[in-house]
Amino acid sequence: MIRRLVGRAAQGLLVLWAVTTATFVLIHAAPGGPAVLADPKLSPVERAAIESRLGLDRSLGVQYLRWHGRLLTGDLGDSFLYQTPTLATVLGRLPNTLLLVTTALVVAILIAVPVGLAVGQRPGGPFDRIVGVVNFTALAIPPFWFGIVGILLLAARWRVLPAGGMMTPGMPADLVDRLRHLVLPAAVLALPLAAELIRYLRNAVAATLEASHLPPARARGLAGSAILTRHVLRNALLPLLTAIGLQVPLLVGGAAVTETVFAWPGMGRLGVEAALGRDYPLVMAIALVVAATVVVANFGLDLLAGWADPRIRSRR
Amino acid sequence: MSRRIPLRPLAGLAVLSLFAAIGPWLHGTDPAAIDLARTAAPASALHPLGTDESGRDVLARLMAGGRVSLLVGVAAGLVALLVGTGVGALAASRRRWLAEPVSRLLDAALAVPAFFLLLVIMTLFGGSAASLVLAVGLTAWTGIARLVRAETMTLREREYVLSAEALGQSRFGVFRRHVLPHLVPVLTAAASVGVAQAVLTESALSFLGLGVEPPQASWGSMLTGAQQNLATAPWLAVYPGLLIVATVLACNALAEAVRTRQPGSPR
Repeated sequence: MIRRLVGRAAQGLLVLWAVTTATFVLIHAAPGGPAVLADPKLSPVERAAIESRLGLDRSLGVQYLRWHGRLLTGDLGDSFLYQTPTLATVLGRLPNTLLLVTTALVVAILIAVPVGLAVGQRPGGPFDRIVGVVNFTALAIPPFWFGIVGILLLAARWRVLPAGGMMTPGMPADLVDRLRHLVLPAAVLALPLAAELIRYLRNAVAATLEASHLPPARARGLAGSAILTRHVLRNALLPLLTAIGLQVPLLVGGAAVTETVFAWPGMGRLGVEAALGRDYPLVMAIALVVAATVVVANFGLDLLAGWADPRIRSRR
Repeated sequence: MSRRIPLRPLAGLAVLSLFAAIGPWLHGTDPAAIDLARTAAPASALHPLGTDESGRDVLARLMAGGRVSLLVGVAAGLVALLVGTGVGALAASRRRWLAEPVSRLLDAALAVPAFFLLLVIMTLFGGSAASLVLAVGLTAWTGIARLVRAETMTLREREYVLSAEALGQSRFGVFRRHVLPHLVPVLTAAASVGVAQAVLTESALSFLGLGVEPPQASWGSMLTGAQQNLATAPWLAVYPGLLIVATVLACNALAEAVRTRQPGSPR
């Protein structure tokens, strides 16, 4: 288990290194080169100071090492738009994004587990076909369009839910108000995720039901529900965790679009604003923080996988 | 499942392509022309699907936007297919010194939140169609590479592959003659899904204002204006979304049909 976790941590560092290297290459390949990192609004003297602090006069190899040195100390430069250190700005928005993403994840799992268990027991049955068509459609709908249609119907026409934001402006902090604001964006994020998870669970459940350890369990007289939870769901847990791990990067990307549609003050919307405002340091800081968040999430999922499957714990 | 050609998805894609390719020629209205007398107007004889907030003909813009959305989608899907196949095949190579690092890099790439790299790329390189194709394609290849790696690893243990290797054929020769042909259905399905994903990603980027530059339209960017006019002209939000959904549905259905035609495939 320890060896496996060390391996996974190394893998996480590899992901981060890939992202920092990719951003380094992108900055240097950009029209104008890394000088874009200095705010164009500054005076030539100030720009020269920043450029020498960034070490743009050094060789590429030195710059590459120093870039990573600066990253390690958390110095990701100052935002052009906000004139603040980018790292602090991004981390300030992180909780809002985490709230949205974890809500969507929990909702998707709560939908996917019962539905996946049901359709996996009778693949090809009528319920499986209906769920298949719904899934197929859900995966074809652009999330932002789903959000717009949701605003159009639920907020503009029937006025049952707010159209955007995290709370009603000017209103004191109120849980119900917060939850009402969370419903639409979380639903938009959860829909394609639930569809993907149901697909994975369906196949995992169907495969487990054909496995050889189930007839003995039935012969021992275990009730159907006990077989489902103790034998089938337990075995489907690992594919489910793997599927969630693969979906997390996509989920975070989807959050950027969803936050923009619903004016949700999260990291994703900040990233879009930074991209539109050509705020290069801020865009890069967000890409790095997002990558780090995903790495941490995947590491957590790995710990859960070890808990879910004793074979993983004992192996290596 | 039927072994015939998947007619319905192909017909759907043909209709959508014709709509974008020869539609503008049949409709004959300039998508950039502004009719100041009718802004955000509902359907009329002059403008069959109404006009947008600036008084531009919605039908003409849907057709012109379709060219951008479909061309970027197909081109980016092909880029993703080429890169994904290459990396996936290398990751499944028998040469461990090659396969191991490539495989680890692929696993790393699968965990990278690609959308934020896309933001970085589009910020630095701007919104031309070419940079859009490269950016979307270069962030969409990982899923295809994962699929090709898994398939190649299964295929390379088949007896005819092992015997071809035992006969002393070169590794690349074996891959080209004995593995690649069997990958074709998988790759066709993957390419189809890749195009669907690319259409979705392009529409999201264009919706956010990071796609093609205005006045050029794409289905995604048409929805940006639509959201700002939801209260007065809700129909603007309907048509581009439906066209995106139709395209993605047709691509995914095509992939599904190709996959289930495979003998011995699940379901």
